[in-house]
Amino acid sequence: MSRTAQAFIAGAFEHPKRSLPDKTVPQIHAEVAVGALNDAGLSLRDVDAFFCAGDAPGFGGISMAEYLGLKLSYIDSTDTGGSSYLAHIGHARAAIAQGKCSVALITLAGKARESAKAKGSVQTLRDDAPEYGFEDVFGTSIAGKYALCAKRHMHEFGTTSEQLAEIKVAASVHAQHNENAFLRKVVTIEDVLSSPMISDPLHRLDCCVVTDGGGALVVVSPEVARALPRRCVKVLGHGEAIKHADVGRLDLTHTGAVWSGPRAFAEARLTPDDIDYASIYDSFTITVLMTLEDLGFCKKGEGGRFVLDGNLISGVGKLPFNTDGGGLCNNHPRNRGGMTKVIEAVRQLRGEAHPAVQVPDCRLALAHGTGGSISTRMGSVTLLLGSEDA
Amino acid sequence: MTEKLPSPDPLISLETQPFWDATAKGELRICRCRQCRSYIWYPRSICPFCMAEDCELVPASGGGTIYSFTITRRGSGAYKDSGPYVLAYVELDEGPRVMTNIVGIAPDEVRIGSRVGVTFDPAEERGWSLPRFAPETVA
Ligand SMILES: [Zn+2]
Repeated sequence: MSRTAQAFIAGAFEHPKRSLPDKTVPQIHAEVAVGALNDAGLSLRDVDAFFCAGDAPGFGGISMAEYLGLKLSYIDSTDTGGSSYLAHIGHARAAIAQGKCSVALITLAGKARESAKAKGSVQTLRDDAPEYGFEDVFGTSIAGKYALCAKRHMHEFGTTSEQLAEIKVAASVHAQHNENAFLRKVVTIEDVLSSPMISDPLHRLDCCVVTDGGGALVVVSPEVARALPRRCVKVLGHGEAIKHADVGRLDLTHTGAVWSGPRAFAEARLTPDDIDYASIYDSFTITVLMTLEDLGFCKKGEGGRFVLDGNLISGVGKLPFNTDGGGLCNNHPRNRGGMTKVIEAVRQLRGEAHPAVQVPDCRLALAHGTGGSISTRMGSVTLLLGSEDA
Repeated sequence: MTEKLPSPDPLISLETQPFWDATAKGELRICRCRQCRSYIWYPRSICPFCMAEDCELVPASGGGTIYSFTITRRGSGAYKDSGPYVLAYVELDEGPRVMTNIVGIAPDEVRIGSRVGVTFDPAEERGWSLPRFAPETVA
């Protein structure tokens, strides 16, 4: 079967470093931009659309357009936290389909390690947010907010800490093959459970890594893709959703993926059974478990059982996930894991993942991004991607 | 018993001033639309359900049940010296689920589904107090 696509991912690049004390943020944006354009066989002069989120310095996309010398007919600085870059791919595809542009560059860069050290924690909520006085004053933390979901999920469905730990174990099994991964050591369930409790039930090893770095993607029109020598990846479906506290009527047992997932699957005319590889946002182990349920890989409440017995490990289980080691072990630059989710899906669909984790004949992949917090407000974006011959 | 938790400034706005004024008197009030009668958390001027710019603050019962909670081992910012403390969502008897702390009980004894009631630290000259929740029947 040959599926048509309105846009293709022609270039993808992940910064190889995880600590960048001697680089500036605009410099890292530029390094990943050049990396992705070189990967695509294109140059800065070819770019006519630029996409970035809140991690871009100064006047955002306009400052970076100047720094990179871009001449643009289209710009988009949608910020849905860590899922922004998946939204950008959907938006770029729409703009390309409308003839607004033909080569879209998307960048992410930042120095999360430095700012975490300076502030003692990672805090992103702005104090002019209308909810500030009703949440932050009670001592919220990123881990605490995810823990609220984990605790409720355990209460309603009997999910266990051992089941959550299985997700970290699977990520670490993949990360051992990634020479750039922040954590390369294979861990056991016992290692996760004996790591310090941060905000119960989440242990330190239930959390993602904090890294400097970034990544970039190049999305092009079908005409541009045809002229490039590189294997390009089809953008087959895109779904977005915002979930928030809903005027006090919030439900902690699901994420925005219950809405973004079906939108993306419907657009691509695919179902979860069709997926060969999945990049699932993994800020915490609970993020993965709830997202797998919400995307329909298993029923609500059965995520704990779904991840058992290495079911997420490439070559072992039914749904290989985050074969680069994910945010849990490899990289979570600027506390925003969406970019690296797409990059690993592109590697899989090009057959360029590490041979130890490459999914044989990988044709259809899902990438899911989660931005913000699953217990308060979040931007959820699901992408369905296909190999050149999908 | 949990030590007294800090009271970071909630950054009161024109919209939320009446809510916080009530807390200084030890009252939890909840925003409700006069037109469609919906409860609205947190308080705001325009009803998201019917668009009426006709919201009022009414007394809440002050009772609720714990919907979820977590024991944060080490806080940051104002909470950096607070030791383990309980961050929670309490479902008010009026319906809304609100973020808060559970106090007046050892963190290890907190359970989802337990009944709690609102409690305020004395507002002193500050003019506001954070609504926290404690077990309804304190010995
Ligand atoms: Zn109304």
